[in-house]
Amino acid sequence: MELIYTAAQAQFRTEVRDWLNANIPTSPLPSFDTEEGFTAHREWEKTLSEGDYGMVTWPQEYGGRACDLIEWLIFEEEYYRAGAPLRVNQNGIFLLGPTLMEYGTEAQKQRFISAMASGAEMWAQGWSEPGAGSDMAAIRCRADRDGDEFVINGQKIWSTRAVFADWVFCLLRTDPESSRHHGLSFILVPLDAPGVTVRPIPQLNGLPGFAEIFFDDVRVSDFNLIGEEGGGWAIAMATAGFERGLMLRSPARFQQASRRLVELYRQRQNDILDLSIEDSVVRCYMDAEAYALSTYQTASRLINNGAIGPESSCNKIFWSELDLRIHETAMSLLGAKAEIEPGSPDADQQLANWLDGFLFAQSGPIYAGTNEIQRNIIAERMLGMPRR
Amino acid sequence: MNFTFSDDQLLFRDTVRDLLSNEVTAERIRQRWDSDSGVDSAALQAMVDLGLTAALVPEEQGGLGLSAVDFILIAEECGRAALPEPIVDSCLVATPMLVDADRALEGSNSRLRELLEAVASGEQTVLCGPSINPYINFAHSADYLLLPHGNEVHLVATDAVQLELQTSVDLSRRLSKVSWQPRSETCIARGEIGADLWRSTLNRGALANAAQLLGLSEAMVARSVKFATDREQFGRPIGVNQAVKHLLADCAVKAEFAKPAIYRAAYTVAVAPTRADWSVSHAKASAGDAARAASRNCTQVHGAMGYTWECDLHIWMKRAWTLDREWGDAGFHKNRIHEWLLQPKALLGPQYTFGRRHMGDAANPITAV
Repeated sequence: MELIYTAAQAQFRTEVRDWLNANIPTSPLPSFDTEEGFTAHREWEKTLSEGDYGMVTWPQEYGGRACDLIEWLIFEEEYYRAGAPLRVNQNGIFLLGPTLMEYGTEAQKQRFISAMASGAEMWAQGWSEPGAGSDMAAIRCRADRDGDEFVINGQKIWSTRAVFADWVFCLLRTDPESSRHHGLSFILVPLDAPGVTVRPIPQLNGLPGFAEIFFDDVRVSDFNLIGEEGGGWAIAMATAGFERGLMLRSPARFQQASRRLVELYRQRQNDILDLSIEDSVVRCYMDAEAYALSTYQTASRLINNGAIGPESSCNKIFWSELDLRIHETAMSLLGAKAEIEPGSPDADQQLANWLDGFLFAQSGPIYAGTNEIQRNIIAERMLGMPRR
Repeated sequence: MNFTFSDDQLLFRDTVRDLLSNEVTAERIRQRWDSDSGVDSAALQAMVDLGLTAALVPEEQGGLGLSAVDFILIAEECGRAALPEPIVDSCLVATPMLVDADRALEGSNSRLRELLEAVASGEQTVLCGPSINPYINFAHSADYLLLPHGNEVHLVATDAVQLELQTSVDLSRRLSKVSWQPRSETCIARGEIGADLWRSTLNRGALANAAQLLGLSEAMVARSVKFATDREQFGRPIGVNQAVKHLLADCAVKAEFAKPAIYRAAYTVAVAPTRADWSVSHAKASAGDAARAASRNCTQVHGAMGYTWECDLHIWMKRAWTLDREWGDAGFHKNRIHEWLLQPKALLGPQYTFGRRHMGDAANPITAV
């Protein structure tokens, strides 16, 4: 155990910090759930990619820096410290990218990964259906093979950022005779293909962050099939592993939010009557630290040829509940002003950030597998409790 | 940067775990409850033979020269076994205090050196009694006590003090209130040195309890998983019910995120025990939180059985209750963090998880661990 950075790691931190200071947008970008904001965020992804900071852990041939996981954590720490824009293509770079690295053919990697890293192609996720939410194996949307093509019919829902994205990665039923998690395939579909209809669904903040996607005889080449036909479930589980595991929510995000919470607390401390606030602030800071330490532990273990164990199912519950607590505490500290929407005479950037984060935090315990599903996974796979 | 334990450290842990699972069964713990001393001499000797008492003694005094990082997993195992003997208090708290005192005095006190040798071989035991804890656990079984008088550290033979025994709700514990008169010949350190020794000792005590609380939590959850798998109602194990699963999953999440805080605190204590306040308080507060949750939820999973004397769960639960309050309760440790968060110069934010120092930094040279 050696909890200190090497000189090379410290040097990498300095390089990242200098580059970010020189390149991050001078004022905050509009929400990426607006057309204008989406375009601005796409531009930012291009800038990142040109600086070779698009996805630092990827191999150099795909525009990465072949960084190890400790360097990735350092990059993320500097990224959130600098207040750089959120990653609009996170479905692509954090979920599909690692999936392609593991299951894609060389030709598929060449075709999709660089375009993803540069922000040229933005990705949405197409898993949930009206009848398949937590019970994802109930998927009905079909992809019927026709020669070297698939013909897709059906519906997907709750596709984050599909309104403005270019592509969607789907889990589809390729064997009509199959049931549950058999006969499903992992297929990439361009959202501008004939027969695709995308209908926006406004989220809690009123912006069209979700979409429903309808497929009506949509034809895609079988080049877009990832892995074996009928072997999509295992691949989707691996993708979900990335989502719930290490990459999707890096600890720096919550450390930065809890640092801002402490600053807000210092400003407002003497105006607060709620006796629980002091305890909440302390807990938020401790928990953000604990999540960071836990991630360093996992990263170190992976670097030393260890594996992510079933205990990683604890991550998603921990960070989503932490995010809620940070923002609930901030709302309490802001008092009557907490509800003021941006654009109002009394609004300011600080209020806007906290309110936006508070609304978004409501979704954390739901997406990427609800926290109730996560608790079942912990009980059954980590603790070994009986399934039925 | 490497946040893993070495193969040697893990092997040491496994060896101790095996020993404890053989020597410290629930049945033998209950036998201790009925004894005067509360000590199982056979179990104690097995731990001495394994080198636990020598672990943190320097090699020059016949010890193994290990650090708090090497011993933290052992402390966790002692918690998992609900070990009654004060091995963790003596090995991870009192012994390093003697070592630090010896270093601060540059070896000038030959009595300390001889005592360290006797501690390493298991011939003599020493325990600490700082003012934050009103009672000393197993004081009657120790040969010497380290006692505070202001900043002074006194090394006092146990037969030269008065002990008033108190019965704990946890019958494995043997508490005493100590009455004694400070004398110049028992004082081994004072002033700045003494203050630093007590500060380090408080951190080591809280760290020791944090690690034991983690082991206790995991042991309680493991017992409850087994109970929920075996116990049937409505024709199936009660553990298939989500309400039961989620009680234990919540405990697992708390324990899982107390772990890295405890290991980071162990590292900080090993490197700079006087500057470990914040990391130790984080470890103690989160481990206590995990142990309180495990105590409550595991009793709930056991139903009426969990409220009986016969069910072994209370061996672990009562230890968790008591260790949670010893060496500073949740309020004490959260307040230390709170004070730190209010300091304008506190290094907060994602870039400071491990402070701002790095290897080869000329402005902030780092001493080797």
